[in-house]
Amino acid sequence: MDLTLLVDYGPALLRGFGVTILCWAAGCAIGLALGFALMLLGRTGLKPLRWAVRAYIEVIRGTPFLIQLFLLYSGGPVIGLRLEATTAGILGLGVYGSAYFAEIFRAGYQAVPKGQVEAALSLGMPYGGILRRVILPGMLVSTLPAIVNMMAILTKETVVLSIITVPELMYEMQTMAAETFATFETILGMALFYWLLVEAVSRLGRRAEARVTRFLTHSSNARA
Amino acid sequence: MKFSVIIDALPHLLGAAVTTVWISLLGVMLGQVIGVLVCVARQSGSRAADMAGGVYVSFFRGVPLLIQLLLIYYMLPLIGIDVPPLVAAIGALSLASGAYVSEIYRGALNGVPHGQSEAALALGFPAPTIWTRILLPQAFRISVPALVNELILLLKASSLISVVGVAELTRTSQTISASNYRPLEIYLAAGLIYLAINGALAAFGALVERRLQQG
Repeated sequence: MDLTLLVDYGPALLRGFGVTILCWAAGCAIGLALGFALMLLGRTGLKPLRWAVRAYIEVIRGTPFLIQLFLLYSGGPVIGLRLEATTAGILGLGVYGSAYFAEIFRAGYQAVPKGQVEAALSLGMPYGGILRRVILPGMLVSTLPAIVNMMAILTKETVVLSIITVPELMYEMQTMAAETFATFETILGMALFYWLLVEAVSRLGRRAEARVTRFLTHSSNARA
Repeated sequence: MKFSVIIDALPHLLGAAVTTVWISLLGVMLGQVIGVLVCVARQSGSRAADMAGGVYVSFFRGVPLLIQLLLIYYMLPLIGIDVPPLVAAIGALSLASGAYVSEIYRGALNGVPHGQSEAALALGFPAPTIWTRILLPQAFRISVPALVNELILLLKASSLISVVGVAELTRTSQTISASNYRPLEIYLAAGLIYLAINGALAAFGALVERRLQQG
């Protein structure tokens, strides 16, 4: 492979990588926030609301991400929702992730021992306080592996955004491949790059897990 | 929203959906074969086979499917094999699914009590027989829910092969909406078809699971 290509296309690829990271980070943030909100909405006493949340999750999880992106980006303007490719990409990634995050949070919420919530209630803590200081920390510990896994999956999904012309790394790479005819080398390089990226996200996640669950080993030591 | 648009396009969309389904089924079946072979190779005790299998699984689970697909699509002509996009697409889907399937089987094998293969060894069963008559049938039964899940994931992932021009459901909806300027209706219809297929697959999976539990 001609190394001068990397010099010529370096800035474009770097910019593309920036967009990839931006889409991923913003998509994850939206997905996590929306997923948490969905989980809370799904726990309310209102039956229609619970059904709506359930339907949302099933529809998002049952359809391909690409179709969701096409609906948002090409179908959106028909009902007056005109979005830039990057905005549509971030929003699409967030909506897609939110359904999976909501399921992760639901399982995490159920895993918090009931006695802890009852104890907090009997101590007179308000619901907001219980949520923030009892349920959330407990959930964080049990759901972190699943959250990290989903975030690694979303790293991989960012390349799909190139199909709706979001100028992220994959898109810049394809432009480069088309202009230089060095198609195979470029794609091979990209495969190796994403391999490392996904591996890095998973490793960072495992480190975060170790940090968050550190107190568990401490407390078990104390008990022993 | 004009529902007549959907009704007009429905025959084409359903035809394309059939393509999507058989491509996914073929991908999952070939993936099943690859996955079992990789899993058995990794457990065979050979260090080299375990490492090669490990790299294969790590690569195909770590690299985005779209890149794998383009890699295979552009690599085959380079080494002198000129195949239609459809073959490259099915190849990519089966290789990707094989990596996940081999991990599913690895997990399922943990669910088969170790004493069984030891007993078979003590009775003088040769290794291939232990695999085909004792380990794999039980691993299969344990992994049915995960395999159905894998089929659903692959069916959704198959939308990506539209990129190399295979006329499956996603590609066909792109073509139709480009000609009638009705992306909202067409993609909505395509989404509903995917949802229906996945719903049917999930129901079928639950049925098979119940059957196997009775058996």
